[in-house]
Amino acid sequence: MALLEISQLKKAFITPDGRRHMVINMNRFTLAEEVQVALQGESGSGKTTLLNLIAGLLKPDAGSITIAGQAMSALSEPQRDRLRATTIGYIFQAFNLLQGYTCLENVLLGMSFGPGADQPLAEMLLNRVGLGKYLGHYPRQLSVGQQQRVAVARALANKPKLVLADEPTGNLDRQNALKSLALIRETCRENGAALLLVSHDREILSQFQQVRAFEQINQIPKGEVGL
Amino acid sequence: MTLYLVVFKSLRQHALSTVVTALSIALAGGLMMSVWAIKDQSDATFTGVNAGFDAVLGARGSRLQLVLNAIFNLETSPGNLAWSDFLDIQQNPNVELAVPIAVGDNYYGFRIVGTTPDLFGKSEYAPGKKFSLEPGGTWFDPLRREAVVGSFAARKMHLKPGDTFHPYHGLIFNEKDQHSETYVVVGVLKPTNTPADQVIWIPLAGIQHMSGHDPKFATDVSAVLVKLKADSPLAGFQMDMMYNRQGNRLTFAWPIGAVMAELFDKISWFDRVLTLVAYLVAIVAAASILASIYNSMNERRREIAILRTLGARRITIFTAVVLEATSISALGMFIGFGVYFAIFVVVADIIRAQTGVVLNPFKFNAIMLWAPAAFIVLGALAGIVPAIKAYRVDVAQGLAPVT
Repeated sequence: MALLEISQLKKAFITPDGRRHMVINMNRFTLAEEVQVALQGESGSGKTTLLNLIAGLLKPDAGSITIAGQAMSALSEPQRDRLRATTIGYIFQAFNLLQGYTCLENVLLGMSFGPGADQPLAEMLLNRVGLGKYLGHYPRQLSVGQQQRVAVARALANKPKLVLADEPTGNLDRQNALKSLALIRETCRENGAALLLVSHDREILSQFQQVRAFEQINQIPKGEVGL
Repeated sequence: MTLYLVVFKSLRQHALSTVVTALSIALAGGLMMSVWAIKDQSDATFTGVNAGFDAVLGARGSRLQLVLNAIFNLETSPGNLAWSDFLDIQQNPNVELAVPIAVGDNYYGFRIVGTTPDLFGKSEYAPGKKFSLEPGGTWFDPLRREAVVGSFAARKMHLKPGDTFHPYHGLIFNEKDQHSETYVVVGVLKPTNTPADQVIWIPLAGIQHMSGHDPKFATDVSAVLVKLKADSPLAGFQMDMMYNRQGNRLTFAWPIGAVMAELFDKISWFDRVLTLVAYLVAIVAAASILASIYNSMNERRREIAILRTLGARRITIFTAVVLEATSISALGMFIGFGVYFAIFVVVADIIRAQTGVVLNPFKFNAIMLWAPAAFIVLGALAGIVPAIKAYRVDVAQGLAPVT
């Protein structure tokens, strides 16, 4: 059984001038457990919207998303929150670390809403990403690459089955981007998590065995404009 | 635990607005508690202070003026009464003790009161408490120019046994009005926390025969402090009838507490104004909590969105914001006790300096429980509006890259 199943998924937004813009129109997409897939798409093509739909942060207009056998559409919002807290890890391009929290607290917070805070595990994860000496540092005290590594540790903190990565190396230089990607892939593999990464960076995409073109699986009808 | 961490972090991240808002709560809460506590305590104290007497007999006039003058050493005397009036009431079978007093002089603003040794020997300034002297002092000899000084007056004027002074005419100090007589301090009273602490006590004849006082009134007294016999429950009514209703020459102010209660009734409008001000300040303080958190919501949108992405429920975010507002209130009220204490001490010091009556800032008052409780509830209510805004944060929009 696939870890992630998407079927007949549609999502549109209403623009300020009242027009309806379809962003997602996806017939079918699946992702097996522990598999790593990259989606290639240009900026503004709707990749982030897709990840937000999968994470349950947005509600689709139609269609279904099933994660680990649970249909998102059948779940109430608190149930979706719970599913996200226990099953999904999310890595953002902007890292989205909480600035008032130390590295350790950021990772602990990633666990708190799911399985519960586990400090030894949090420290182990930070050690794994090479930040064992920076547990008490705040994000502003770290380099951009180090912040990205905290974000990776946090995404894995709740032992997710699925990690969503939205242009995770977009803010890094070439060398750090490749290192960071390798770390994401390795840690996902070590933790048995599937990885769905979206990017427009060809060098990043070239690291994956499975790369899908976003425009092929997300077919916006003519006349509709992807956001 | 997570919730408390989120609240604590948010308070720390917005430390300046947290502190400023908490201070406004502290000011409001401290003001409210001090206004209430001082009002209650001064009400109870002033209506309870009677210097150990039940009534005051004086010249025809206001009962309140008579009590303020004879008991609290405030106000001017409404007039004199003849020595024979004193003897009459002293011999009344319902009277246990009658002590004459005469006023009209001061020493650097501290009132000089002439009286008889009975005040110190026979009366109790409070139930079971008689006047006593600091070591090394004696009571004045009624036939000599000697003085016993109240503890507060002695401390302020640095008077001690063996010191001498010249009285000044009138109740308000004027350096041109010095009398020629020289008085010797023979004793200092131990503190009584009553208006007696403000007074310099000399023999009755000292005031009556002071140079410059009209010899025609040399036997008059300003008032008579009266203690009724405990086994004559109707004595007060009878004497009230005799002096106030049937007679038209003298005023019998009885009971002293009721006369003071009339004063508090008269100034109750002032209490209401203070209370209204305190309520308004409380509302403004609650509004400041609401505004400070609400205004910071835009900068918090991203943080809220991140927390939601990590799995925080909307209700968790809502609760965190309400708890944050509640914490600001609680912190404010904690500081508010300091504000209460500071206001109380300053006001109590003024009241003591003016009247000798001592108010105790540590005395429990129910306001110390319900004001903090009310402010904390008010804070929680003020947090609801920004909490609703936090509850409604659109996660996808909140996570959108900042350009």
